[in-house]
Amino acid sequence: MEAVFFYLFAAATLLCGFLVIANPFSRNPVTSAMFLVLTIVSLAGLFVLLHAFFLAAVQVLVYAGAVMVLFLFVIMLLDLQAEERRSFKKLALAGGGLAVVVIALLAHAAVRESPLGTAAPPMVEGSPRALGKLLFTEYLLPFEILSVLLLVAMVGVILLSRKEAK
Amino acid sequence: MSTLQSFLIVSALLFGIGLTGVLTRRNAILVLLGIEFMLNAANLNFIAFWRFGPNPEALTGVMFALFAIAVAAAEAAVGLALVIAIYRHARTANLDAVEELKG
Repeated sequence: MEAVFFYLFAAATLLCGFLVIANPFSRNPVTSAMFLVLTIVSLAGLFVLLHAFFLAAVQVLVYAGAVMVLFLFVIMLLDLQAEERRSFKKLALAGGGLAVVVIALLAHAAVRESPLGTAAPPMVEGSPRALGKLLFTEYLLPFEILSVLLLVAMVGVILLSRKEAK
Repeated sequence: MSTLQSFLIVSALLFGIGLTGVLTRRNAILVLLGIEFMLNAANLNFIAFWRFGPNPEALTGVMFALFAIAVAAAEAAVGLALVIAIYRHARTANLDAVEELKG
């Protein structure tokens, strides 16, 4: 059962990922963004298979929710008609596909022989309670630095995207 | 077959797809989407190694992925603001057309 879900989510992730980058039916960036949502959701499914339930929820909330709304806003703010008319660079795409295949073969050859993860995985769950406890004790400093980073990003975004006063 | 190997292969493929997007698409927004893919592939690796690693009670991989998601959100916001600023200046989001800083 778990294997079925693994293949389902992995295939969905990779297929939708490919359709984000090189959709043969539509050149519209909005379509790409929508397929990114599907990719993120199937990736969250893979996280669930790995028992990282909280992270799967965060993935859907932050990526499929917040980041995607941001992307869609910017796509609709800009005039991207030229992108829709542009044709694929066939050679570049073929090279990219070849690179993906080579990476897959290399990864397969590298991890197939290794003794990684042969033992049955222990039944652990990334429970929100344990995560929160760790976040406010052991990882308190990075957590606070991260909040400062988000503040800096927010101020920077406002500064970058406002119109200069003449 | 949900072993560590299979997750690693999926994440390598996802990284390759993201890299392909960054290298072939010339629209700044789609390049940013490719970068998001690569970050997500790294996250998948972190989670897989956490799950199959020797000490999953420490939750290190999950914590790292959590921080990576937050940083990726900040990165996307700043990147898109830069795209807007460039678009306002050059009237295009095509990265090949923005070449004022080229020597």
